[in-house]
Amino acid sequence: MSEDTSTRRGALGDLKKIFGSGSSNLRQFGILFSLIAIILLFQYLTDGLTLSSGNLINLVSQYSYILILAIGMVMVIIAGHIDLSVGSVAAFVGIVVATAMRDWNFPWPLAILLGLFVGMLIGAWQGAWVAYVGVPAFIVTLAGMLIFRGGNQVIGNANTVPVPDGFTIIGSGYLPEVGPNTGYNNLTLLLGLIIVVAVVYSEWRARRVQKIMGSTPAPLWVSIVKVALLCAVIVYASVLFAGGRVGTSFPVSGIILGVLVLFYAFVTRNTIFGRHVYAVGGNKLAAELSGVKSRRVNFLVMMNMSILSALAGMIFVARSVASGPQDGLSWELDAIAAVFIGGAAVSGGIGTVVGSIIGGLVMAVLNNGLQLLGVGSDWVQIIKGMVLLVAVGVDVWNKSQGRPSIIGLLTQKKKTAEFPAEPPLVVPDKGTPESARPQATRPN
Amino acid sequence: MSTDHVILEMRSITKEFPGVKALSDVSITVNRGEIHAICGENGAGKSTLMKVLSGVYPSGTYTGDIIYQGQNVHFKDIRSSEEAGIVIIHQELALIPELSITENIFLGNEPTKWGAIDWITAKKTALELLARVGLRDDPDTLIKNIGVGKQQLVEIAKALNKSVKVLILDEPTAALNESDSMHLLDLIRGLKGRGISSIMISHKLNEIEQVADSITIIRDGKTIETLNVVADGVNEDRIIRGMVGRSLESRFPDRTPHIGEVFFEVRDWTVQHPQVAERMVVKGSSLNVRKGEIVGIAGLMGAGRTELAMSIFGRSYGNFLSGHLYKDGKEIVLKSVADAIDHGLAYVSEDRKALGLNLLDDIKRSVVSAKLSKISAGQVVNDSKEFGIAEQYRKSLRIKTPSVNAGVSKLSGGNQQKVVLAKWMFTDPDLLILDEPTRGIDVGAKYEIYGIIQQLAEQGKGVILISSELPELLGLADRIYTVFEGAITDCIPAESADPETLMKSMTSARKKVQSI
Repeated sequence: MSEDTSTRRGALGDLKKIFGSGSSNLRQFGILFSLIAIILLFQYLTDGLTLSSGNLINLVSQYSYILILAIGMVMVIIAGHIDLSVGSVAAFVGIVVATAMRDWNFPWPLAILLGLFVGMLIGAWQGAWVAYVGVPAFIVTLAGMLIFRGGNQVIGNANTVPVPDGFTIIGSGYLPEVGPNTGYNNLTLLLGLIIVVAVVYSEWRARRVQKIMGSTPAPLWVSIVKVALLCAVIVYASVLFAGGRVGTSFPVSGIILGVLVLFYAFVTRNTIFGRHVYAVGGNKLAAELSGVKSRRVNFLVMMNMSILSALAGMIFVARSVASGPQDGLSWELDAIAAVFIGGAAVSGGIGTVVGSIIGGLVMAVLNNGLQLLGVGSDWVQIIKGMVLLVAVGVDVWNKSQGRPSIIGLLTQKKKTAEFPAEPPLVVPDKGTPESARPQATRPN
Repeated sequence: MSTDHVILEMRSITKEFPGVKALSDVSITVNRGEIHAICGENGAGKSTLMKVLSGVYPSGTYTGDIIYQGQNVHFKDIRSSEEAGIVIIHQELALIPELSITENIFLGNEPTKWGAIDWITAKKTALELLARVGLRDDPDTLIKNIGVGKQQLVEIAKALNKSVKVLILDEPTAALNESDSMHLLDLIRGLKGRGISSIMISHKLNEIEQVADSITIIRDGKTIETLNVVADGVNEDRIIRGMVGRSLESRFPDRTPHIGEVFFEVRDWTVQHPQVAERMVVKGSSLNVRKGEIVGIAGLMGAGRTELAMSIFGRSYGNFLSGHLYKDGKEIVLKSVADAIDHGLAYVSEDRKALGLNLLDDIKRSVVSAKLSKISAGQVVNDSKEFGIAEQYRKSLRIKTPSVNAGVSKLSGGNQQKVVLAKWMFTDPDLLILDEPTRGIDVGAKYEIYGIIQQLAEQGKGVILISSELPELLGLADRIYTVFEGAITDCIPAESADPETLMKSMTSARKKVQSI
């Protein structure tokens, strides 16, 4: 279909391919466009403060844990569930880990493993209720939200528990300074270089695969423009991250986030398990009749969410150097908002990890920009609420019009007859007894 | 007969859906106080006709006239037809399980006093109505706590409350046991004595023979004939002849079957209804399939065909009670769909959209979805293999789409069905169970799908073909089992099968024949 549209719309169609050619990628195009627009808007309104080194570094370390939650949440939502307990689970794991290090003298690496293990147990508990008992995830995780919030206060006596210095690296650590003094953080620059190489390689490989598969790849100039644009952004960002105040650079939590995004984007797109998650969310009955063990899929998705919540909780604790009773309040809402802004469907079966990350970044930049402008938290909430509503509203409206994205509105004027399908045989209304269904006329 | 006797006449009713003519020039005349049966195969247009009459399809969406009590009427919805005294009782009962009998009888029609529901009047009336239908239960009982038979009576009580003159019953006894059915039929006869006419749609021809005064036979959306039961001396055979009397033409690709030995066997298969424990949806059924053979399963709606197929396919329907499966001489136990796929079974569902496809997916992902392991290294799916395989099936099955990247929801019914077939062919099954593979598909695509089915048999695979269309079974199958009320009643080789004998075995538990 993409070949079809690109030839018709010429350069604009090819331009869209810069952001990928699949239909889900087209959906992300709109939200990515919004993200860029918001960044540029705040860059202008804050007189360049938004894209300053200090602010970017702050932005990443301040929102990395929400984005980590969004990764797990999008899988939960694709499978057709929801998880309200993530904030409480994060707080609970945070206090357990902090207490383990303070009272039982756990060394910090072991404490991190303990935290992940606790997250896994909680996930298994909630997953079992959802998948094997059949209680809706909304209820199970609403209960979990109460249970683990209370658990946090029981263990910590509703006090804050400080964590040792070593542990804080996952929340407030940066890439260390190594090598010659260039005025920049060398490791951050190296990281940027590696990503540039990876981008070039993956584009080259994608074109090769497309050729093998016999489909015409987009014109070469599209690939070149795409790679050049991406590389420019990466180089610019790594220079910014590397050129911050001495002692700061790209945050460790950002690296953890990056690794997780790569890993889960791969899992959801390219593995059997990922396919099964989409299948269960898209049509559970059809999935089961295709041999998908839907209960196992649901269990694993819920468990995975709690493990990621545990990780997010620990990163937050490390960043704030202590675990407290108010940690993780309303995180679930931020994560869910990110996922839906990123194009996921409430009914399940639709959504991507990358889209959710972009959705989360929209919220993060918005929040951060408004704070820089000195807007009070009351108004920040109102604006965030409106953005969520409008973003999903536009998406829903577009879908009902059969259009893929905001940009689709501008570019898809000649939308009629995507391809000459035969007129579908209309079955009047589903649910009528079979004898009422008009069947195709039979020759006598 | 003078026209005074006629309460209802439907004249030249024609109803079209986009692309399909469901009813063409159908006429029926119902007398005061008679029981009028409408007979026809699945999909003949019986229910559509009743929906026209009851206003489900409002006046204006069809052509033709409805003359009711001497007047040309135009019902715009169910409410207006009910106000006139025409009440339809659907096959799936429209009662609310969590409400009481009284509340259900008066739902949407509550007696009020000063704006509040007058429960005293309601209960008094309910008791009277229940007495009239012969139900002695407490009117405060919740609907979910009474059986299907009694629920049916509550439906009739509800209709009586609306001072019904013409009662339409769509398959009233389909879900009832013998004694409940008898009771219901007696009640319908009793209503006749009070001048209430009934229009009854039923597949159970023996019941029709017992209670009906006249019968209208519909076939392919056309009125074939109207019979007077007493005057014309109608019996079941006569009805069947009217229902199926059509000639078979060569609309099936030619094929010379190459049939090997028996490789798949089902013995004494018994399955319980998933919710109602006392109902057996499949009763002690046995059948076998030979290599390269197309085995047909004929049965009317609700006979248990799909239930049989799905329960064999990894127990995906109902509660398995007893029975054995044998493949290549060895007993196999299939506890899940995954087991069934691993043992080389495939099941193409009758409900393509709800059970066959994930409509959010694209073609290439759908094609490989039942056996991802075949194109994966460990857990990782190989995209280019996936594309190649989908392309292969697109070409060989001639799926009409510009690209296998297109979403399956954009395909026509016939092409969607080809995707489903491709999905199961990709699992490389030995036995394919095809449940209504051509439902809702236009003629051209049907022919192509017949060709695919025959090719599969040619490759030495066994095919079980479930179909409501007898010509389809007669044209494709080598051997046909008939199913009635969950039990296999007969097994007929295709050479000696004809629509009449099949219909006979599909409508009665007459014979008990072991498979040939």
